[in-house]
Amino acid sequence: MDDVVREFLGESRENCDQIDLDLVALEKNPDDSGVVARIFRAIHTIKGTCGFLGFGRLEAVSHAAENVLSALRDEEIAPTPELTTTLLAFVDVARELLDRIDSTGQEGEGDNSQLVAQLTALVRPAGAPAGDGHAAPADDPPAPAAPPPAPVMVAVEVAPPALVAPLPAIVVPAVIAPAPAAHAPPAETAESSIRVDVSLLDKLMNLVGELVLARNQIVQFTGGNGDATFIGAAQQLNLITSELQEGVMKTRMQPIGNIWHKFPRVVRDLALSCDKRVELVMEGESTELDKTLIEAIKDPLTHLVRNAVDHGIETPDRRATAGKSPQGRLLLRAYHEGGQVNIEVVDDGAGLDAERIRDKAIERGIITADQGARMSERELFRLVFLPGFSTAAKVTNVSGRGVGMDVVRTNIERIGGTIELAGKRGVGSTIKIKIPLTLAILPALVVSCGDNRYAIPQASLLELVRLAGDEARDGVEMLYGTPVYRLRNKLLTLVYLSDALDQAVPRDPDEVNIIVLQADDRQFGLVVDAVHDTEEIVVKPLGKHLKSVPVFAGATIMGDGRVALILDILGVAKRARVVAEGQQRGRIDQVVTAGLVERDDLQTLLVFRGPHDGRMAIPLSRVARLEEFPRNIVERVGEELLVQYRGEIMPVLELSALLVERRPALHTTPAAAWPETVQVVVFSHNGLHVGLIVEQILDIVEDSLSNPRPPGRPGVLASVVIAGRVTELLDVEAVLRRAQPGAAWNEVADLVLTGEEVARGA
Amino acid sequence: MAREGQYCTFFVRGLFLGLEVTCIQEVIRAQPLTVVPLTSNVIAGLMNLRGQIVTAIDLRHRLGLPAREPHERPLNVVVRTNDGAVSLLVDEIGDVIEVDGEAFERPPDTLSDEARELIRGAYKLKGRLLLVLDPVRTVDADSGN
Repeated sequence: MDDVVREFLGESRENCDQIDLDLVALEKNPDDSGVVARIFRAIHTIKGTCGFLGFGRLEAVSHAAENVLSALRDEEIAPTPELTTTLLAFVDVARELLDRIDSTGQEGEGDNSQLVAQLTALVRPAGAPAGDGHAAPADDPPAPAAPPPAPVMVAVEVAPPALVAPLPAIVVPAVIAPAPAAHAPPAETAESSIRVDVSLLDKLMNLVGELVLARNQIVQFTGGNGDATFIGAAQQLNLITSELQEGVMKTRMQPIGNIWHKFPRVVRDLALSCDKRVELVMEGESTELDKTLIEAIKDPLTHLVRNAVDHGIETPDRRATAGKSPQGRLLLRAYHEGGQVNIEVVDDGAGLDAERIRDKAIERGIITADQGARMSERELFRLVFLPGFSTAAKVTNVSGRGVGMDVVRTNIERIGGTIELAGKRGVGSTIKIKIPLTLAILPALVVSCGDNRYAIPQASLLELVRLAGDEARDGVEMLYGTPVYRLRNKLLTLVYLSDALDQAVPRDPDEVNIIVLQADDRQFGLVVDAVHDTEEIVVKPLGKHLKSVPVFAGATIMGDGRVALILDILGVAKRARVVAEGQQRGRIDQVVTAGLVERDDLQTLLVFRGPHDGRMAIPLSRVARLEEFPRNIVERVGEELLVQYRGEIMPVLELSALLVERRPALHTTPAAAWPETVQVVVFSHNGLHVGLIVEQILDIVEDSLSNPRPPGRPGVLASVVIAGRVTELLDVEAVLRRAQPGAAWNEVADLVLTGEEVARGA
Repeated sequence: MAREGQYCTFFVRGLFLGLEVTCIQEVIRAQPLTVVPLTSNVIAGLMNLRGQIVTAIDLRHRLGLPAREPHERPLNVVVRTNDGAVSLLVDEIGDVIEVDGEAFERPPDTLSDEARELIRGAYKLKGRLLLVLDPVRTVDADSGN
């Protein structure tokens, strides 16, 4: 494609963006003649260049739009929402045509006469006599063109008649002179900056990456070399390279405002279509981040903004009822913090309704009613990011299909960011996104496994643990076939990198290197053969052959020139099943287990000895009473054990019978084998009591339940370390369900009767 | 498909193979390769080609032939593709030769599956056959697994 055309495309797109912004600004502030003049100039520039390049369709619509602006400027007409909408429609058409020119080099066939008619109608409201006799749809722009240009041009320059007149027959030589003039206005503002091809910047970035590698190599080399001059030069090189790297990175930085500028338009259109009034406030538009990141967050952010308008902010009358100003406020804020960019989307709308999320989640079978009851607000909010989840009461064409938030989350996480949701019912909601400044160069820890080296992004790194000698031999314990390590008395699941990568590497029994990593909400320990240095690595994408291997995030070239793969920690965790795979069930378990961790931090637990000397715990809040019964008052009726307790018949359960998986042979302990007294934990369940016979009640402790390990068998929620011992958290609900499957339980509830009948019922 | 033109030729386990010279970026000696776990053996590994990371595909495995002996050092035929350079590991490199379109013939049906997918046809040269590889399909190795 011609350079002139390419430049025209770039410039016109910028003009379109500016017109978008200005039109929305104009609507807010209709008296601002400066804005009108700016829109006018922008449209005029598009029109002029089109004429020069022979894009007749675009020129025709631009011309009609220009007429509207000229009438506006001369105060012949006043801005109305309808006018703004029509002009915005013009911008859309213009963009479409630009895109088509970009892809095919031509405008293609098509008819914009309707838009032209609409635009023309704005200038001459229906009924008013059309001065030039061409009232109607026109692929005939020159005619109505004639009157306006003369006054129009004041602000620009002298040549317009020449520009406008010769358009259908492109008489190139005649037009050449005015064309540069049309380019002139933007050029004035652009003196201090130049347009550079992105691919050139990418290339520079690549070269700097190489330089960083070469620098690393030299710095490594200096380590074993004593020459002072050489060391001095190497240090100098080091400094300059770092500075150069920083500088080149900056060239790729763009203000986030570049993607925000389309939001006023988005918000306006959307608010209009759902009869809402929304004021969009943007703070920190000049916050800069890497161009690739800007591109990556564009869609997620748009989604969040649309979401906020569509079902965050309420309609004016509902807002009035709630005592808020009828106009909703949507705030976009961006700022740098700790080497990251924070972006917030804040609305003062209806906020998040934790109850509704809970109900919806239960209704969809994502969580059970019981899980729902136990989840904190924050955990419930997190459910919104699950696939297929939407709390919108009705599906609109804007949002509510439930495909959005999980995609948003995935996209944000793909670029190493995090997203969090907070809010209060009736007050509004806040979405916080944190993303890294750049992706191209990142600090990483280099480890090896067998003969290969791998880089682990430092962002997911928590700590390093090295076990040697006896510690190495005894430190790693097995829990149901899974290796675990007690890290400060909390169980850490271990994953051997060689296993995760299917590499047969002999393990050194005298040394265990554990890298504690964070993946999603879980921590796990990655066991590697050796830990090397941390290095700044340049991330290079993998070829298409390897894209499908999810455990690798990319590759890099090490100081010695060899290639090392970068591990995708989440991918490794998924492969090792530390973090459940994508399916919903897994995600939920994870949310729920993570919830266990977070809930109020400390929980009071009843610790008891279960069957076969195993330690188990129950949240104390679930326990109604602790009882000790003489052996002989426990009566066996059919398959059930019953106790007369406080005037009712209470079924009692034996833990060993419920957790049969462990040793199927020991199905039920004969009552005769019991000690003189049995210790029973009494639960209250649907107004009835159920007893659970335990071996021995040991203690009541407070614990944060951190680092839970997924359960090894049904009936257990998780394994944790409590007071220095691995303890299984009993899933009380599951146990009660198992004890009283379905109907039988209800019958027991309905008939408060004799043991015989209960037995028959069961 | 039978075109006159220049072909870069090489040998893989006795097979005399060729690729259009226009799609070849360069031919280089054996390079240290970084093995990529969890992929099929068609992917020989990754190499550093002047700062570019290039995937190496072992043509022996790609063509369903037995593996190279450990002491045999392969050569890299680096092919330009739309997705960057890809290297093909071959046993030996031959000359760049000019062929006559008349001498082209489609491959016989009796070829093995792997070979039939990759081989466009053969040029009947004096004394031997030059099998022409389809560059796109050849580098389009699935990572397997």
